[in-house]
Amino acid sequence: MEILYLLVPLSVALAWLIGAAFWWSVKSGQFDDLEGPSHRILDDDETEADRPPP
Amino acid sequence: MQGAGLLSALAAPAPSGAALRCFHCGEALPAGARYEAVVRGAARPMCCAGCAAVAEAIVQAGCESYYERRSEFAQPGRDAPADPLARLRVYDREEIQRAFVSAPAPHEREAALILEGIRCPACVWLNETRLARLDGVVAVDINYGSRRARVRWDERRTRLSDLLAAVEAIGYRAYPYDPAAMEQSRRRERRDALLRLAVAALGMMQVMMYAFPAYVAGAAELQPADARLLQWASLLLTLPVVTFSAWPFFRGAWSDLRARRLGMDVPVALGIGTAFLASVAATWRGRGDVYFDSVTMFVCLLLGARYLELRARQRAAEHLEFLARALPATAERCSGTDEQTEAVPAASLQAGDEVLVRPGAVFPADGRIVRGSTEVDESLLTGESLPCRRTEGEAVVGGAVNRGNPVRVCIERVGGQTLLSGIARLMQRAAADRPRLQQLADRTAAGFIAFILLAAAVACAWWLVVDPSRMLAVVVSVLVVTCPCALSLAVPMVAAVAQAALARRGIIATNGQAVDALARATHFVFDKTGTLTEGRLRVTAVEPLRDLDRARVLAFAGALEIASEHPIGHALAAAAGPGPVRASALRNHPGLGVEGVVEGRRLRLGRRDFAAELSRTAFITAAGDPDTAAWLGDESGLLARIELQDAVRPDAAALVAELRRRGRAVLLLSGDGEAAVRAVAAQTGIACWRARMRPEQKQAAVRDLQAQGAVVAMVGDGVNDAPVLAQAQVSIAMGSGAALAQGAADFVLLSSRLPDIARGLRLARKARRVVRENLAWAFAYNVVALPLAMGGWLTPWMAGAGMSASSLLVVLNALRPARD
Repeated sequence: MEILYLLVPLSVALAWLIGAAFWWSVKSGQFDDLEGPSHRILDDDETEADRPPP
Repeated sequence: MQGAGLLSALAAPAPSGAALRCFHCGEALPAGARYEAVVRGAARPMCCAGCAAVAEAIVQAGCESYYERRSEFAQPGRDAPADPLARLRVYDREEIQRAFVSAPAPHEREAALILEGIRCPACVWLNETRLARLDGVVAVDINYGSRRARVRWDERRTRLSDLLAAVEAIGYRAYPYDPAAMEQSRRRERRDALLRLAVAALGMMQVMMYAFPAYVAGAAELQPADARLLQWASLLLTLPVVTFSAWPFFRGAWSDLRARRLGMDVPVALGIGTAFLASVAATWRGRGDVYFDSVTMFVCLLLGARYLELRARQRAAEHLEFLARALPATAERCSGTDEQTEAVPAASLQAGDEVLVRPGAVFPADGRIVRGSTEVDESLLTGESLPCRRTEGEAVVGGAVNRGNPVRVCIERVGGQTLLSGIARLMQRAAADRPRLQQLADRTAAGFIAFILLAAAVACAWWLVVDPSRMLAVVVSVLVVTCPCALSLAVPMVAAVAQAALARRGIIATNGQAVDALARATHFVFDKTGTLTEGRLRVTAVEPLRDLDRARVLAFAGALEIASEHPIGHALAAAAGPGPVRASALRNHPGLGVEGVVEGRRLRLGRRDFAAELSRTAFITAAGDPDTAAWLGDESGLLARIELQDAVRPDAAALVAELRRRGRAVLLLSGDGEAAVRAVAAQTGIACWRARMRPEQKQAAVRDLQAQGAVVAMVGDGVNDAPVLAQAQVSIAMGSGAALAQGAADFVLLSSRLPDIARGLRLARKARRVVRENLAWAFAYNVVALPLAMGGWLTPWMAGAGMSASSLLVVLNALRPARD
């Protein structure tokens, strides 16, 4: 069971890390618009017609 | 892909009707329309020049694939202003930019905008692509949910007006948006709450894992060293939950205590604090029970309920914000009489200025149309989706959208005096006003919390004697299990949700008691003119008595009444239309009529005796004479008799029927003559009516009803009825600027649609029922839970789960009135 002394602290560190990542994502506004980006990913690539005229 | 394939990419149109619809906006093609635009190599039918121009602009910008991507039709293109840049240049001015433009880097500017016309995600793509391709644009970001955009550009290479013009060319419109306002703080509040909730949820899940072995392990299965390791890990993860996530509870409790009152945060903070500190001590010493799992779960579930409440509150506040930003930032002021206009900040407009309002533009302030006629969309203010016709001489409201032709408007009221800001003020007042029920609930909650603390002390003393080892668990359970949230949380939430739901339908509550009082109303008393009837008289017959013909009579009458505020005057002026006849030396005799000189003749228009008096012929008004006849007389006798009628609103009968079906008594009290009132009562199905009542008589009648225990709701036009409206427990004024300005009524019915009263009643009753349900639930729950906790049958985690579930239930229930 000695492995617990590695795994439990690791899980604590991981939880803190996830918390920090979530903190960053909220502060950078990723949760402000939950609807738009899901559509945007479909619209990202430009089709042939979208080249600006020369 | 050719025509049919392109169109099938659209979800909206039926394939058979596709050929007859505008390719751009999807509206039916008007007969004989010959507008076309070439999109993807084929000529497409367009309904108007505006759509064609927008489609061409999109093609030219190289964004043709918008038509493939979109899932909704675009909004119809407008007749583009001749030179949009001239109007938009005003946004380049430093003093205007100050409100919504920031400078994140040297030579870079960032503007906060609101985009109008976004209908589907492809619109976002189109705008972003178009703007990003402009020379000098550094970054574009459009939020699909809130329709807000942030645009950053290099000020050496382009100007804001060029960006706005590019957006307009592709059929959208961008307005500056002042981010310094409420939205900023609201967003911070939302982010904050989300973060606290997420940290608590993360902590809860992980701590639960560490607690699991202690729950399932047998007596000697878990090594003490392992158990301590798990406890320390739990401590490390509970620490952020208590110090960060639960911080609002501690802060709330502290400010409650400093103000020497007991709020619901006090027992919550006490429970969390006690359980956490006891667990820390036990972990440190290596013996005793720990409650980290209960603490994290309790904090997480409670924050979940609070988060829902926050979102509901913010959504309720959004309607206010809509109103606040409805006025445009600029206006086109007409200089002199020629067609020249100049773009000026809307804030600099003064009463008396004349502005040009183009189709699609928003009226910058309240005013009157001086040239042209158009259709006006007032849906933001009244909830009425159909545009209504406004012609020369008629009033228009700031914030309404011009849907027809360009019109010239003489500004009458600006800034704080406009109808729009009046509405916003009333709604703010209502939102800030605490319902009487809430005040009662607050007082009850304070007593309830004192009782909880007492119960916790009693339990503490009792268990100290009986079994000291369980004392702490019981005290924490007692503090945590009781749920005063139905009292402190749900009542204001129901009020806010109900007020917002009403406002979206054009019913503005002006104070916090209004919704509850409406639900209790037993008697509905109606006024006649302007309430059950349209309030707009129409000339139905003209009977010339001497030398003048029908047209001359109307022209003279119209000239006399040109400045009148009286409904009869309005009807006469409207029937006459604009003409060359002018009246001079006008004098208004209130209650009688007007007097003036037209083409050298001294004329009087009004009641029969008044008109006849000029020729010194005595006439006594015959008994059967309707009130709604006007007489024209000169110095040698009566000239003509003009008959007017006021039509009953088409939906009045349905409203009366619905109110009676719901067991409400319906009465009609009118100041008009018996014949007219009898006719209206018969048409609407009101059995109980009284005619020829002066305002003080109406007031006395309402007082008599109240003396018999009735809760009276008075529906009037809000102008002539002020004393009666004040006497009734609930007053509903039909939408008008005057009613808003006086603020005498509890409700203002901006839509002027009578069925909305029934809808408002339904909603108010629902809100009242929800409040009662919540209070009943809170009572039942606490009565059961408190003895269980004191008796030691509940562990802290059960107490936490029960309390959180109860408050979640109460919050979800409080949201119900919004869905109607």
